[in-house]
Amino acid sequence: MSNKVMTYAGGQEYKFKKNHMSAGRVAKNVVVHVILAILAVIWMFPIFWVVMTSFRKEKGSYTAYFMPKGFTFDNYTKLFTETTQLNFPRMFLNTLVVAIFSCIITTIFILCVGYCMSQLRFRLRKPFMNMAMILGLFPAFMSMVAVYFILKALGLTEGNMLYVALVLIYSAGSGTGFYIVKGFFDTVPKSLTEAAILDGCNRFQVFNKIVLPLSKPIVVYTILTAFLAPWLDFVFVKVIVGANADYWTVSLGMYNMLEKEYIYNWYTRWAAAAVIVSIPIAILFMLMQKNYVDGMTGAVKG
Amino acid sequence: MAETKVKKKKASIFDTPYTLKNAFSKGDAFTRLSCIFMGLGDIARKQVIKGLIYFGLEVAYICFMAFNGLHNLAMLPSLGETEQGKVWDEDQGVFIYTQGDNSVLILLYGVATLLITFLFVCLWIDNMKSAYKAQWLKEHNKHVNSFREDLRSLLNENLYKFLMFFPMLGIIIFTVLPLLFMIPMAFTNYSKIDKHLVLFDWVGLQNFQTVMGMGGKLGSTFWPVLGWTLIWAFFATFLNFFLGMILAMVINRKDTKAKGFWRFIFVLSIAVPQFVSLLIMRTMLNQNGPINNLLIEWGWITKPLPFWTNATWARVMVIVINCWIGIPYSMLQVTGILQNIPSELTEAAKIDGANSVQTFFKITLPYIMFIMGPYIITQFTGNINNFNVIYLLSGGAPTPVGSTAGKTDLLVTWLYKLTIDYQYYNLGAVIGIITFIVLSIVALATYRNTASYKDEEAFN
Repeated sequence: MSNKVMTYAGGQEYKFKKNHMSAGRVAKNVVVHVILAILAVIWMFPIFWVVMTSFRKEKGSYTAYFMPKGFTFDNYTKLFTETTQLNFPRMFLNTLVVAIFSCIITTIFILCVGYCMSQLRFRLRKPFMNMAMILGLFPAFMSMVAVYFILKALGLTEGNMLYVALVLIYSAGSGTGFYIVKGFFDTVPKSLTEAAILDGCNRFQVFNKIVLPLSKPIVVYTILTAFLAPWLDFVFVKVIVGANADYWTVSLGMYNMLEKEYIYNWYTRWAAAAVIVSIPIAILFMLMQKNYVDGMTGAVKG
Repeated sequence: MAETKVKKKKASIFDTPYTLKNAFSKGDAFTRLSCIFMGLGDIARKQVIKGLIYFGLEVAYICFMAFNGLHNLAMLPSLGETEQGKVWDEDQGVFIYTQGDNSVLILLYGVATLLITFLFVCLWIDNMKSAYKAQWLKEHNKHVNSFREDLRSLLNENLYKFLMFFPMLGIIIFTVLPLLFMIPMAFTNYSKIDKHLVLFDWVGLQNFQTVMGMGGKLGSTFWPVLGWTLIWAFFATFLNFFLGMILAMVINRKDTKAKGFWRFIFVLSIAVPQFVSLLIMRTMLNQNGPINNLLIEWGWITKPLPFWTNATWARVMVIVINCWIGIPYSMLQVTGILQNIPSELTEAAKIDGANSVQTFFKITLPYIMFIMGPYIITQFTGNINNFNVIYLLSGGAPTPVGSTAGKTDLLVTWLYKLTIDYQYYNLGAVIGIITFIVLSIVALATYRNTASYKDEEAFN
């Protein structure tokens, strides 16, 4: 049993020499695999179920059976064509617009702060880091009402200004979330940055031309996390946008599809929406995870 | 010069001769006058543009204070007294509404004015230092930066000012100001009770008594909610971590086949957005949802299981479902650690004759705990604030009649209900402050003992 077991995603690439397994060992392995299979079913069941529901032909919310009696693609097409009651395409676009802008601002903020905390030395650096930690301990919802009043005082809670309000909510305070980026920048060897300064680079060029290109995985990770935030949050939208359905994002809209007045007609379409939203987010999440792992293990070597 | 040598304060690499104290004790007339006419010292040293910017900001601040600021501050102690009035207009034959005071806005503007004043004081100190720095450089026949050079230094030695400016602005307006605005609310009677939604007053510590006193209705809600929050955070954190660790080790066993496949299945379930999977779970476990339907269909039960209507069921269910969500995360993390565990450690143990159980408890587990320690603490504090899981799954249900909090409500979800649903803003603020105190106790008691607190460089 000395052979090394390779463990890469994909799972096919492991070598296994002929072993003489004892009966007890075989039994143990069978048990382990059976348990894993049961767990896998438990974990996959809800996802499988929502996919099935999204193709269900029968109307109504709950059914007394698992497999639909008839399959249809209508739930998907209706989701995008019947927009009088709840306008899903609009929710989707709203979220996309907010996500793109808040992603740009958040990424810039986090990278800038991360670089300052990691590579630059100034008097207020440590106080800032402590402040960020303390601020992180306050429940975000505590100040939600206050944020709403501030946005109102700035005139951002009416009409199209709501987009600006949402972008600001997701991005303005993001500077406190610099920890992971800082951790990565810390691994950029000092010798590299010092050499660049000797060569006549100013510190901004060091940031721009040396540190950033070396930190691709963590930059990608930051971009993806920032982009995903508006898709995943629904509390802030609920408080800021409230009943104004024109500005709902996907998550708030989907939450409302399950409310009493909609659930009968919208249940299967809700499942379709869940599938549509989950696929791109799942792909982005996998990418993010990969970049996170790359960022943590493949940090810049000196 | 002697007194600077016996300075007791710990010397820092950031210490410069240009301090506020020196500006007053050693500054010349121009430098000292800068405390009234900001920027004068700089203008005298030919840093005209810089000086004018200081002066311009001072004028702007004074104008702001004269037109708005002083009024805002003056209103702060009373929070406004004029009620909205109705006056009968004879000529037009209608009621005319006279504008009353709005305490929320008074409080917000008052706090904002205080914050602006604080920032202005910082600017003023900066101005004094800058004036003295210019004077000092001149006296020592050193080069005084021109405005263009100052701008250029923003990309070099002062880069942090440039990079931090906008993020700081965002944090101040959207994180610090809201907090500064919310904290005073805890000391007012801003709530729907007795209709204090427009005009309210300072009431001191009364709200804290209401919430924490055992006698009243809210007091008898608060302590059980706090208790359940801690129980929830404990189980949600440790069950997830240990079960996830076991799962990771089972998959990582030498004899387990198709490792990548198993991992992919579990990771897939967390790739689905949380609000989607939580809503799926909620509908599946509904009174007449698919799970109950299936179980009845199969004849295993005769009437629906009370997943969200019985307090114990609901509490167990939120913890179990949180496991469904959380286990893959900790599995992912522990897998990464297991694959990087130094093989010398385990092999040395094997040579010493340790069996696999001993190796696990003496080597693998301590190693995992060493790396995951800070992560577990963050998870614990995160779970105290875990709004999504509770709100989307049970919504705090079941709620006893007449109570503001349900049996599965955490402090944060209760806070949400109190402010958004009931509009008891003052009590919401009290709960927020208490949550913060609980969190800081947990965080301070534990963070201090982790490596990442003691050695910042070892953070990654």
